[in-house]
Amino acid sequence: AMEEVCAKFVSQKISKTRWRPLPAAALHPPDVFATGSWDNEDNRISVWSVGDLGNAGINGEYQGEPQLLCDIRHNGDVMDMQFLDQERIVVASSTGTVTVFRHHQNNQTLSANHRWERAHYHVDQDTSCGGAACTGIICNNPEIVTVGEDGRINLFRADQKDAVRTIDNADSSTLHAVTFLRTTEILTVNSIGQLKIWDLRQQRNEPSQIFSLTGDRVPLHCVDRHPNQQHIVATGGQDGMLSIWDIRQGTIPVSLLNAHEAEMWEVHFHPSNPDHLFTCSEDGSLWHWDTSTDVSEKPSFLHQGGRSTAYFSHNTINHSVVSAWLSNDPTKDRMEITNLIPNQTLSVNSLDILGSCLVYGTDAEAIYVNRQLFA
Amino acid sequence: FVVRKDQDIYIQTLRKLFNESHGIFIGLQRSEEELAGKSRRAQLVQVSKNYRSVIRACMEDMHQAAISARDPALQSQYSTQVSILSAMELIWNLCEILFVEAAAAGPLLLRLLDWVRLHVCDVDNMVREVLSSENPSKHELFWNVVDVFVLQGRMDEARHLLSKEASTNPTSVNMYKILDDLMKKMPMPSLGNTQTLTEMELKWQHWHEECQRYLQDGTFASNSHMESICKILLGDEDAILEKKELMTTWYHFLVTRLLYSHPTVKPMELRFYAQSSMDLFLGGESSPEPLDTILMAAFEFEMHQVIKECSIALSNWWFVAHLTDLLDHCKLLQSHNLYFGSNMREFLLLEYASGLFSHHSLWQLGVDYFDHCPEYGRVYLELHIERIPLNTEQKALKVLRICEQRQMHEQVRSICKIMAMKALRNNRLGSALSWSIRAKDAAFATLISDRFLKDYCERGCFSDLDLIDNLGPSMLLSDRLTFLGKYREFHRLYGEKRFSEAARLLLMLMTAHIAPCSFWMTLLTDALPLLEQKEVVFSAEQTYELMRCLEDLTAAQKSDKQKFQDEDVETVKVEMLRLALARNLARVIVKEGTLEGS
Repeated sequence: AMEEVCAKFVSQKISKTRWRPLPAAALHPPDVFATGSWDNEDNRISVWSVGDLGNAGINGEYQGEPQLLCDIRHNGDVMDMQFLDQERIVVASSTGTVTVFRHHQNNQTLSANHRWERAHYHVDQDTSCGGAACTGIICNNPEIVTVGEDGRINLFRADQKDAVRTIDNADSSTLHAVTFLRTTEILTVNSIGQLKIWDLRQQRNEPSQIFSLTGDRVPLHCVDRHPNQQHIVATGGQDGMLSIWDIRQGTIPVSLLNAHEAEMWEVHFHPSNPDHLFTCSEDGSLWHWDTSTDVSEKPSFLHQGGRSTAYFSHNTINHSVVSAWLSNDPTKDRMEITNLIPNQTLSVNSLDILGSCLVYGTDAEAIYVNRQLFA
Repeated sequence: FVVRKDQDIYIQTLRKLFNESHGIFIGLQRSEEELAGKSRRAQLVQVSKNYRSVIRACMEDMHQAAISARDPALQSQYSTQVSILSAMELIWNLCEILFVEAAAAGPLLLRLLDWVRLHVCDVDNMVREVLSSENPSKHELFWNVVDVFVLQGRMDEARHLLSKEASTNPTSVNMYKILDDLMKKMPMPSLGNTQTLTEMELKWQHWHEECQRYLQDGTFASNSHMESICKILLGDEDAILEKKELMTTWYHFLVTRLLYSHPTVKPMELRFYAQSSMDLFLGGESSPEPLDTILMAAFEFEMHQVIKECSIALSNWWFVAHLTDLLDHCKLLQSHNLYFGSNMREFLLLEYASGLFSHHSLWQLGVDYFDHCPEYGRVYLELHIERIPLNTEQKALKVLRICEQRQMHEQVRSICKIMAMKALRNNRLGSALSWSIRAKDAAFATLISDRFLKDYCERGCFSDLDLIDNLGPSMLLSDRLTFLGKYREFHRLYGEKRFSEAARLLLMLMTAHIAPCSFWMTLLTDALPLLEQKEVVFSAEQTYELMRCLEDLTAAQKSDKQKFQDEDVETVKVEMLRLALARNLARVIVKEGTLEGS
């Protein structure tokens, strides 16, 4: 429900918001998230807590309004951020540095635990090295993969000083985002509209597969993989287009969905409810894509460019049936798309979704939390 | 361990003010203009209330900062800020009542009473102290608090307190009952339509006369406090003025006067009462402060004066810019002197937005303000946006998007060129190409292609194959880029041993003039291995074409007498080519001649 959104102005432009992951056996909803800022002389990583609904704050603030637990200075813009585990957050900087911060919960402080300076850098013609922004991070404790404007891919291990592996010049353009396909394979997207699979077990410095957009090579800014069906990948482009790929077949997207009017900064499949997808954009909107309609879903293999006569009840739709994301005709009342922001102004740079809890941050220096998204 | 500077809190609070009010501003610009009359007015009043609540939120933050500041200098700075914000809210609130809501006689007084109650807070501590004491009626400040309530028209609270006194003093029970009754019966203007002004005036006249009778009968003679209250109820100026310290300001005095002598005051009558109130209250002892002048101008409905005085008194443009914009939406500035009026809003918004652009982060807000300045907004935006430092690709993308959405093509080209050059310097050829595609900059795409080709000539192989192999339609952006793509394709075909296709492509590159002249020698040299193949690759016609190309090339080179270097190498190459071409021709004529027979 939209009325449950809680807004807080925080005097910094928010570039990243991430829920702290819940321990495996947790029954309560997520209640702590981290944010990173950009475009400040003094950027910060901050950790916030969203109290239980129904409690008033100490000074009588709005119940549910995020409270700052602690923060720490960060050098450079926060380009990407991921929780490595319950206590550690990995942060990518526009200076090319990757830092692991530790959140000490006993005294509510943050400290820099480990740092890889110059994980990303340029070598220009004068052979003097300038920093290149680290643009993307993905973690699978203890492994950390980073990508950057220098076209470099790094594989780090949480407590090792040097990179485990580095692929220099993996890409001739900027790598904008990275995610895990499998434990040993990663997906990257770049600024010439390519999606690449890299097999980290192999020693060669070439991608194992390259996918491209048809038509103009519009830069891709974000990527996410379906949590259960690993062949389904979603990417977001500079033109606001959402592309769904089936990486088992073909080298072009399965569907292209026109949504945003400007760069799509992040795309997320809901981790436990992957019929739902969320995207946010420079145009100030945040879209909720819902393919879980009660209308009986017609598996795509029965779709013959027209009408299908076989109907399955919603309950039987399971992983054995082809996901609705790969259907040929997403417009046939199969997908409900909602803009969650009624009065959009400046860019929504980041979002995160866990359970029924949504958090997002904007260039209007505000954080929004909705803990009853599916109510 | 990082300790944050106290000063940051000041800037942080201002940023909240700027960001929150930006949202309200945008909402106002986008709001329905078609709504007319009451609903539009209600909408505008809501906007005004939203602005004020933002100011109050900032006041609260600043107040918290003042309390918790350790440095006394900072503490006083924050306290000053709180006063300034408080004054801003005071002025805005009055403008909302008089201009935005344009309260009519009747409701006007009620609004003014609310206004006074909200803003004259110096007495709040005293009130709290008395009310929370064990025996309020015995407190030395008891009567002061009762007076405060009466002066602010808070009849119920006054009566409640008085009842406590009554219970402890049985001898004056009669007096209390009468006073209580008078206070209870006092007619007040209503907000709804339950009575007309005339009805109210009649009632009030009767009530006034009743109070008069009781006073003259000496009913309250034995208790000076109650007698003074009765005089206040009668609107006796001297009696009210005696309570100067409890009112603290001349505008409080004004409202109290109006409450007890002229509750149905009309908006246009305010100016007279305002001036005399200020004179009586200040009594020649002190002169008006800037705040007083501003409020006076408001009571006189001199909107332009209000704005002018505020601009002078306040050191920031935020207040006057947003207030003027709101008044403009109320269509209030247009009926005044048109020249000044129609440009004032824009002037103030331009000043404010320009200030935002000088901030490393708040420039993004400024864009929207410029958007809503029809005359000069665009020009200002163009000038300011060029000065934003593009330290990261991400920031450049955001600035680009702003320019593209507003069809600022020159700025788009310029930004893309800067970013492409940076990428090129860092040897990020793919990024550089990506920027030129965005700007549709054919010239730059050509530059990049030349870089690739130069690399190829120097190293004998292509760098960044992932890029060249996947150019797609962007290949058509420039001829040189097309050539690069096709040339790479040629190499691929050769690698896949698809020789006849490769040959055809190679020839097409030259004959269709896709290849730059400087590259023809390289292409012809690439043809050599094809000419040397066991199987004949080039047909007779193709061979003739190649020979022609070679002759064209050598003719051009001969006329270009500046090429001294590598003459020997060139001559050898040419000779080799001529030989190979001739041999090929020989073979192919035989082959074609033979086939023709069968």
